[in-house]
Amino acid sequence: MSTDAPATPVQPPAGTPRRRRPTAGGEWLVTVFAVIGALLVGAVLIAVGDARTRAAAGYFFTYPWDTFSNAWYAVRDAYVALLEGAVYSPVLSGAAALGPISETLVNATPLILGGLAVALAFRVGLFNIGAQGQVILGAIAAAWLGFAFDLPVVLHLLVALVGGVLGGAFWGGIVGWLKARTGAHEVITTIMLNYVAINLLIFLLGVPGFQRPPYGQAISEQVDASATLPPLLGGPLRVHAGLLLALLAALGVHWLFQRARLGFRLRAVGANADAARTAGMDVGRLQVVAMGLSGALAGLAGASQVLGVSGSVTGSVAGSIGFDAITVALLGRNNPWGVVAAGLLFGGLRAGGVQMQSATGVPVDLVGVLQALIVLFIAAPALVRAVFRLRAGGRGVGTELAGGWSR
Amino acid sequence: MSAQTRPETVGDREHAGPRAGRRARGVTGVLLLLVGLATVVGWGLGSGPGDATFSFGGGTVVTLPDLTLPGTVTPVLLGGVVALLGLYQLARGFSSRRTPLVAGVAVVAFVLAFLAWAMSGGEGSSIDLVRLLRSTVFLATPLILGALAGVLGERSGIVNVAIEGQLLTGAFTAALVGSLAGSLGAGVVGGVLSGAVVGWLLAVFAIRYRVNQVILGVVLNAAALGFTGWAYKALMQSDTARFNSPGVLQPVAIPVLSEIPVLGPLLFEANVVVYLMYVLIVALQVVLFRTRWGLRTRAVGEHPKAADTVGVPVLRMRYVNVVVAGGMAGLGGAFLSVGTIGPFTENMSAGKGFIALAAVIFGRWTPKGAVAASLLFGFFAALQTLVGVLPYGSSVPASFLSALPYLATIFAVAGFVGRVRPPAASGEPYPA
Repeated sequence: MSTDAPATPVQPPAGTPRRRRPTAGGEWLVTVFAVIGALLVGAVLIAVGDARTRAAAGYFFTYPWDTFSNAWYAVRDAYVALLEGAVYSPVLSGAAALGPISETLVNATPLILGGLAVALAFRVGLFNIGAQGQVILGAIAAAWLGFAFDLPVVLHLLVALVGGVLGGAFWGGIVGWLKARTGAHEVITTIMLNYVAINLLIFLLGVPGFQRPPYGQAISEQVDASATLPPLLGGPLRVHAGLLLALLAALGVHWLFQRARLGFRLRAVGANADAARTAGMDVGRLQVVAMGLSGALAGLAGASQVLGVSGSVTGSVAGSIGFDAITVALLGRNNPWGVVAAGLLFGGLRAGGVQMQSATGVPVDLVGVLQALIVLFIAAPALVRAVFRLRAGGRGVGTELAGGWSR
Repeated sequence: MSAQTRPETVGDREHAGPRAGRRARGVTGVLLLLVGLATVVGWGLGSGPGDATFSFGGGTVVTLPDLTLPGTVTPVLLGGVVALLGLYQLARGFSSRRTPLVAGVAVVAFVLAFLAWAMSGGEGSSIDLVRLLRSTVFLATPLILGALAGVLGERSGIVNVAIEGQLLTGAFTAALVGSLAGSLGAGVVGGVLSGAVVGWLLAVFAIRYRVNQVILGVVLNAAALGFTGWAYKALMQSDTARFNSPGVLQPVAIPVLSEIPVLGPLLFEANVVVYLMYVLIVALQVVLFRTRWGLRTRAVGEHPKAADTVGVPVLRMRYVNVVVAGGMAGLGGAFLSVGTIGPFTENMSAGKGFIALAAVIFGRWTPKGAVAASLLFGFFAALQTLVGVLPYGSSVPASFLSALPYLATIFAVAGFVGRVRPPAASGEPYPA
């Protein structure tokens, strides 16, 4: 199929009137309404999960108003807490008032880096589901360099960061190499390498020299102070210099795709691998480079988590960064600045979700649902337009990707 | 079938020429040789003085005698066999049809040698093979059901990365409905239906809204994880008795069949989900390759335009198949909760859906292949729990054993174990 129907980057979704070019405004509208739609579905879930609302629903037909008012209060309280946890809370004053923003930024940092990793691969037509494994490898490498060596202050941090980057790049590079040499589909190899990485991590957490004495817990040694990313604001605020790295990385990806010759080639491979090959580009090598770069960014995310937040490695060091990164990349429409914005939004949701859970008891997992729904909606712009009766065009995300396994 | 006639894809044209084929053969041969030598050296020469005893479980009528093998000679012999296979592969080459068999022999030899080695460290340790295989079937059941779902979906042209989400949703709903209705049967039905709903979502977004199917699968997984996690905390934890205490499906011994010495306790003393799985395996294999429906399904997955031209309703076939497949994965999910431990716990599928997806590819998109791959993965999971108690077992990191299936899958998709060919139109929206 691939030979007669190469993937076209711009392809209006079915069921929409053909327009000359999808407008950026249309994409924005779809994004905004996707968020609204997700929040509406989330509101239903909050209401259903609320015990008082469920109790009131028991006598719905005698006094329906109770159900609605209880549901309204539950939803309002939850979303207010979410907002307060993510942006600003009137109860906090002084330096603590910056706490929510700081938490948002702490959560956003690995999401931005991971999102950039996934987005970079997307632009080259590769689907990197393996950010999770690459984050883990980056975390392992950065932690090991951070605690096993004694180096001067600035140098130590640099070495640990570079180690994390190389760890991730290696893990991603394997995928690119397998794809280029054997045609093994990156979706499968990345999923498998995720599990290999987590098993490697679990193994290392039982090895003396990596594991922290007295070897009772699965936790690594503590990273030296000389290798930690400095906090940006100090005090109780956790936001650290990893955020600057994330923004620099976004700038770097922007420059790569807008200005660099390599970026042009990478985009050419993503747009049409056959054409790129015909034009004399070494598609296989570019795929290796792309997966290596993508893994490098994910590895940096892992390094930033270890050196900036946790200071050591545990089995859950990567959390769900690698998978959230996919949603961030999709929401950011594979554009570096879009990824930054999406990372901030999801970072805020994560930070606010914690506050929402502690203040109102609505489980933080709701944030995961919101995240998935937002991405689902923007991936299906036709659905959002149908529900909200929007007119503008705008293409779904991920259309530069190959559909199946065979390409 | 039509896999051979499929137009070559971009990747294939470059890599699957005769030269690449020879190289893949060489790699396979070297791999076999290395595995054989590693077996001889590592498990054979490195073994202890003890013997290896394999027992065959308690048959009720006939009990097979224990099999005691010398701890050193056995691994050496088995490793030698694998190395010989490798040499033959390098010299002459097995035909690609034989490859799965050869790989199977190599795996079995390697594992037996390993077990003999692990037991040789002390006196009198033995392994009950029937128990090992029983827990293999048990652990493989959700994988098999998930993999069957994957096969059916991909054969009709829809990539199902959402198996994980379907398993999770099925597990959750089975526990919830089972508790609310006070009936395990209702729970199982609920699990199947909820899996089918996720399948339906997959179908609608893939077919109607033409969302990239891999992205869609990832997103549905995230949604399922978030939703079940939310509901677990919001409902189940606050009132466990009402929402999350379904009970466990009890094993039912089938009257005559369960009396067969080894096979009886192995296959016919399980719960109803396992029996349903047997039926589904056979049914899917027959339906896909022996019926009109199956022919149409495969046509839709290979060349939807051609199928459309001769009047096959492409989209309807895809909808029905993906929804039915979702139901199968939902049944696998029900097995995870009410079929195994009863209550639902957070993220209880724990990546099994992705292993099932690997089994689909490992099994080359056929039901029987997917079942074999799932059993292999289940076996390694069963082995992991068992090896720890053997004399030498604790010196093998458990994480090494659990990483093996994933590494094996990478080797398989990289073509080192022979080419794998997906259905040609898998993942492509139609009309293009």
